[in-house]
Formats: sequence, C-alpha cells, structure tokens
Amino acid sequence: MVDVTPADAVPPAEVAEMELYHPHSWWTKYVFSQDAKVIAIQYSATATAIGLVALVLSWLMRLQLGFPGTFDFISPEAYYQFITMHGMIMVIYLLTALFLGGFGNYLIPLMVGARDMVFPYVNMLSYWIYLLAVLVLASSFFAPGGPTGAGWTLYPPQAIMSGTPGGQDWGIILMLVSLILFIIGFTMGGLNYVVTVLQARTRGMTLMRLPLTVWGIFTATIMALLAFPALFVACVMMLFDRALGTSFFMPAIVEMGEQLQHGGGSPILFQHLFWFFGHPEVYIVALPAFGIVSDLISTHARKNIFGYRMMVWAIVGIGALSFVVWAHHMYVSGMHPYFGFFFATTTLIIAVPTAIKVYNWVLTLWRGDIHLTVPMLFALAFIVTFVNGGLTGLFLGNVVVDVPLSDTMFVVAHFHMVMGVAPILVIFGAIYHWYPKVTGRMLNEAMGQFHFWVTFLGAYLIFFPMHYIGLMGVPRRYHELTATTVMTESANDLNAFISIMAFLVGFAQIVFLFNLIWSIRHGREAGGNPWRATTLEWQTPETPPAHGNFGKELPIVYRWAYDYSVPGAKEDFIPQNMPGSFGTSREPA
Amino acid sequence: MAIALVLVLVVVGSVLFHFLSPWWWTPIASNWDYIDNTIIITFWITGVVFAAVVLFMAYCVFRFRHREGNQAAYEPENKRLEWWLTIVTAIGVTAMLVPGLFVWNQFVSVPSDATVVEVVGQQWQWSFRLPGKDGKLGMSDTRNVSPENPLGVNASDANGQDDVVVEAADLHLPVGKPVKMLLRSIDVLHDFYVPEFRAKMDMIPGSVTYFWFTPTKTGTFQVLCAELCGQGHPLMNGVVMVDTPEDYLAWLGEQQTFAQLSAPQQVGSAE
Repeated sequence: MVDVTPADAVPPAEVAEMELYHPHSWWTKYVFSQDAKVIAIQYSATATAIGLVALVLSWLMRLQLGFPGTFDFISPEAYYQFITMHGMIMVIYLLTALFLGGFGNYLIPLMVGARDMVFPYVNMLSYWIYLLAVLVLASSFFAPGGPTGAGWTLYPPQAIMSGTPGGQDWGIILMLVSLILFIIGFTMGGLNYVVTVLQARTRGMTLMRLPLTVWGIFTATIMALLAFPALFVACVMMLFDRALGTSFFMPAIVEMGEQLQHGGGSPILFQHLFWFFGHPEVYIVALPAFGIVSDLISTHARKNIFGYRMMVWAIVGIGALSFVVWAHHMYVSGMHPYFGFFFATTTLIIAVPTAIKVYNWVLTLWRGDIHLTVPMLFALAFIVTFVNGGLTGLFLGNVVVDVPLSDTMFVVAHFHMVMGVAPILVIFGAIYHWYPKVTGRMLNEAMGQFHFWVTFLGAYLIFFPMHYIGLMGVPRRYHELTATTVMTESANDLNAFISIMAFLVGFAQIVFLFNLIWSIRHGREAGGNPWRATTLEWQTPETPPAHGNFGKELPIVYRWAYDYSVPGAKEDFIPQNMPGSFGTSREPA
Repeated sequence: MAIALVLVLVVVGSVLFHFLSPWWWTPIASNWDYIDNTIIITFWITGVVFAAVVLFMAYCVFRFRHREGNQAAYEPENKRLEWWLTIVTAIGVTAMLVPGLFVWNQFVSVPSDATVVEVVGQQWQWSFRLPGKDGKLGMSDTRNVSPENPLGVNASDANGQDDVVVEAADLHLPVGKPVKMLLRSIDVLHDFYVPEFRAKMDMIPGSVTYFWFTPTKTGTFQVLCAELCGQGHPLMNGVVMVDTPEDYLAWLGEQQTFAQLSAPQQVGSAE
C-alpha cells in the first residue's frame, strides 16, 4: 500500500529571505568567499591536492610490496611513514573533507532551495582552518625525523616512542595538532550543514521530499559532530602524554632496557576512543556516498528510487547503529572477551539496513530506462565493489571469524574495497554528474570512459585477490611480506601483479585530472539541466548558479525528488518546483 | 552493453579465482577447525549473495538499457517485497552469527586442564615463561625488568623461583595438550600470531591477555607479530615447536629456571 498525497500540496511555511554578504573585491569573491559554492570548490581542490600526495604514497608502498628489496630508498621507517600518511590523508583529509566540505557545501543549499548556508562567515572559517590543518599535516614531511609512522590508528604507546618513526620527533606532534585543527574546522562546517537542512529549506521542501543526497550528507554530518569529539579528546590526551609526559595512555614501560617515566595509563582506552570515532567515520564516508549514488541511479535510470522511505530510515538506522559497533575493530585487542558477543551481534544487525539499501538500488534498475552514462557506470561499479566489501565485512564483524583474519591483508583488502574504492567511485560518478552544474560544461566522454574502465577493473583486480593473501595469514603493515613463511613464491607474483594494477589505476586518475582542467574550456556546453533531473540544483536560473543560487524568488517545492517517468506526464521527469498535477504521480509521504 | 558483460565476468572470474587459485589458508595445526568451518559457511552465504546481486544487475542493465521510445516503470514502493527481502537477509545474517557466537564461546572458555604458558613481547623479540614444578607462575611487573631479570619476575614471590624462563629463544609445546597463552608486553602493543593455529591476541603493556588452543600437529611454526610495534615489526619473528611428549620433556629438562638465571655465577664457575 502506498499512501497517496496530492502532488501539488504546498505547506504554508514561509521561509525568511536571508541577507547575504555581497563581496566587494576579487579577494572576497574568490578567496575569502562566504559563498558555499566557492567554499565547496576550495574544499574539493584542497582535498584533491592532498589526495594526490596520498596517491603517490600508495605507489611507493606498492613498489615496496610488489618488488621487495628492489628499492633501497624505501626503508622500513619510510614505509611506515607512507602507510600512516596515506591512510590518514585518505580517510580524513580527502574522503571526509570532500564528501562533507565539498559536496555538502555545494549541494545542500542548492538541493534544499536555500540561498546559502545559514552561517556563511563560520562556513568560510571552516575551510581556512581545514586548509591550516592540511598544511600542518603536510609540513610533517619536512620536519626533522619526518612524519609519524605509527599507522593511521596511531595506537599508543608505540606512536609516541622512539621505535616508531616520528614518535620522539615532530611527526606525531604535527599529526595530532593537525587532527585537532581539522576537527575544529569541521565542527564549524558541520553545524552549518545541519542547521541549513533543518532551518533553511524552501517552502514545500518537507524532510520527506529531500533528495537522498541531502539525507546522506545530513545524517553523516550529525554523526561526525557526535563522533569527532572522541578523537579530539584522544588527540589532546596523547599530545599531553607526548609533550608533557603525562600518562593517560602510557602504563609502566621498559624501552630498550630503560624504565620510562610513565605509569598507570591505559593503551586500550585510546583504542576505545579512537574507534568510537573511527567506526562512525566509516559511515560518515559511506552515507553521503549512499545518498549520492541513489540520486545518480534514479536520474540515469529515469526511474524513481525504489522504496524512498525505507531508504531514508535505513540511512538513519545505520547512522544510529554505527555508534554501538565500534569495538568490532578490537576483537583481538585484549578487551574483555564477553564484549565480543555484544559487538558481533550489533555489527551483523547493521548488515540488514545496509542490505536493504543495496536491494533498493538494484530494484531501481529493474524496469528502468537505463542510460549508460559515465555517472551511471560509476554508480553500477559502486554497487559491485560495495557489495563485495560489505560482504567481507560479515567475515570480520563475526567475532570468531575475525580472529584469524584480523591484522592480516584481508582487512586491508576489505576496508579498501568498502570505504576506499566504493565511495571514491561514487565521488567520480558525482563529479561527472555535477561538473556541468559547477562549470557549465560537460566532462569529456572518451576520457571519462577510459577513466571508468581502468579505475573500476583495476581497483577490483587490486583488492579482490588481496583478500586471499590475508586468508593465507600474511599480516598487514609488514615492510616485507616475504619475511613470513606463509607467503609463497606464487603469492609474491600475485603481489607484483597487484602493484602493476595500482600503477595503472593511478595513471587513470591523472587522465581524470587532465579532463577536469581541459573540460573547463573545451567541454561541450551543458545548459542548465543536461541530465533532465528533477532536483532543485538543476532548476537554477543561471549555470553555474550565481551567489544566492535562485535569482529573485526562491523556488517552491510541489513534489518529491523522484518523479521520473510518471505515467501520463509529457516528459520523463517533473522538476520538484513544477506546480500542478501530472499523470499519476504517487509520492510516498 | 559492455558493462553487462563485464559484470557477468566479474562474478564468474571471482568464483573461478576462489576455487582455482593456489592462494588459500595454511593447513591448520590446532583445534580451531571450528573457525575454519565458520569461515566456509560465511564464504558460501556471502558468495551466493554477491553473485545473485551482481548477476541481477547485469540482467537489468542488459534488459532495461535505454533504447528509443523506452519508458521506465513508475513504482515508488512495494512493501511486500521490501519486507520479504528484509526477512530473508535477517535469516542469512543469523545463519552466520549463531555459529560464530557459538564458536566464540568456545574460544573464550579455557578448559580447566589447560597448562599455562606466558609469552612476553618486547621490541622486537619474544620470550616465554613456563610454571615450574609447583604449576604456578610467579608474579611479575614491568617495573622489575632489568638486564638480569628481562621478564620482570617478582623475585620475592616464591612461586616464581622455579619458573622456566626462555629468553628470546624458541618455545616448545607438547602436542595434544590444551594450552592457555598468557600474553604480556613490557613496552608497546604486540600480537602473538601463529597462522597455523588460527588464534591470535594483542598483548598490552600493563595488562595480561590470553587465548587458548590445542596444538594438533607436531612441527615447527613461525610466530608473527600482528600488531604494529614500531619499525622492527615485520622482523619480530619467533618459533614455536610442537613436540611429541618425550621430545618436549627433553627440551624442558634443558631449560633454566628463574632462580638459576638470577645466580649465573654459581652455575657457570664449575667448568
């Protein structure tokens, strides 16, 4: 049974016009801008720049793993610095910043029908503090002793001891300071995204008419606002341990025969704080991807997203559940073994709403009119890699199965597939989808196809076989996998193959970057709504949208975001701000 | 169109890789074949779901690809289908979780006849301590660690005097006897991991953690550190030799106790 409401119902709520700060100079228009769209591009460009550093680091790691002993300059110290910086950059400074700071800033005001974020000045500060955090992080490459090599999880005690690169030098200090800055900056942006969704939606834009992109980013932001403080606290305490000699995480320790002046601290407390942030973080990255990919699939299959309300509740449910599963990262950490029963159960329960999302994506394809555009190809590839990575999560989440697999290459393969490859494929699809709105021009199709095929197949060929190296028992974070007797000759060849794939996939990203720059001038002109999409960002009077987004009058919303191929309607899409009844639209409400 | 074909190939290729590639777990040498069985159950359930979802997608992409004049169906919801899928998923998840928790319960319940072995990790080597004739390990503390007392055994605890100390050397275990590994570290996190035993657990300075297993095959096995412990992490290898009871007793007879090691002058001067 579907509840039916008239498609042209417009709630009477008035939205007050907001007063915008109008820039007076080039500096305030393009540099210290308060326009969420400019801030979005600043966030995205910065995240991409530091992301390129992470890409190069991944090549260096794969050089070492694929061809051990060949490259003398990759010492164990350097290798651990590479993995640490690669991981932290990708998770925090690229994925989180790009999804929330980039896509959140660009899309939230446009999609909810607002002129801008609610607090534009704070929003601007958010970016500049983020930039500072990135610069502090990058500076650690040039600091004495180099960046920290503690692994992206930064587990104490080793993170602040001399056996770890950067532990007793500047590396760990700069890392912790950078994270603290990032969290401060993010909090400013995050408050903006939440308040804007709650307070600045235009007339008629009820919560249940929001595009799933907004639902994903909105829920992820709330989660981030609740989860990042745990990391903040952990960073501050570890900074004290390192710089002031306190003992929050440091028990009595003998290092290289010498008694250290620490005592009474708990290393495992750090792990709880870290993963109380770290697990929601997975979904902070995943939920925006879930939302965005729902809209990509719906638009390019010309069909309403299947089970919209279930999709919204699944997002909210996953968001809530993800706060009670964190210790599944700690099954073999030495915490009380009975925790295993609880956290395995909660973790496997989360598979249910997640599976619902997957079903609804593929059921949206069913009886659709599927346009195999580049964004759609990336969306399909996302489903494949996300299902693959999600299913291996059922191995690692099921406490006793995790025992042999944890801390092996299986884990590396799993989390790269599910929170590396899958969300990044969505990012690519989203960029191909919204680039025409941001620049007014389409990205080049041929380069896009090349980028897609190499990235999708290459990434799958990297990470699918890697699971089996882990299943053999090869631990992660080994500078030389050959140091283990379980590593066979043929597995070394497999590793070399994986490395070659990694270089190929990396090369494809350079083609993509070239496409981004080339198409600004040479791309085909897009017009305002090249994909014939329903949501408000495609209905702006100008493309790219001007400051204030919607010209004189804010749009009024008459329908949900998914009126594609409504029977009896003239066109196969009805924009959300189109008044009147068309055909037999049945908006779930 | 190409994408539909590629999606099918992804499924076929993944399944063939799973069954035909030479990369699989090392032969098990402990009682934890329950864990291996749970992994196999999980592989089957997840493999079927993966194949089903991706093949369904491939079919949709092929069958419903855009052609001139096509129109998509309009179907916002289908409560029955959505509930039906939810219930099937919940059953599948339960089928993995229940055996998993059952085996976990075994994993955390140490049999009462298990003998105790202490493993001490430090950057970057393994040491071991076995209880002496009294069957009890003496107390220990990181604060007691010194060059003469590398494991930090409490010298004033009588139970510790006859403890067998194996510093930075191979550990021997008798085959077929359950053993509780008490895990300790004196500096950073480590993790005692022997792939053939399937079990592992972190060691935390300031705490004692544990796991148990029964070695089922004699032989020599490599100990790996599975928790990043600084730049020497991949080199932190050790050896566990699982012996027949006779070989084990012979080895044990050659080891020195804490009391003997604490008074090295008296032992060595007779020669």
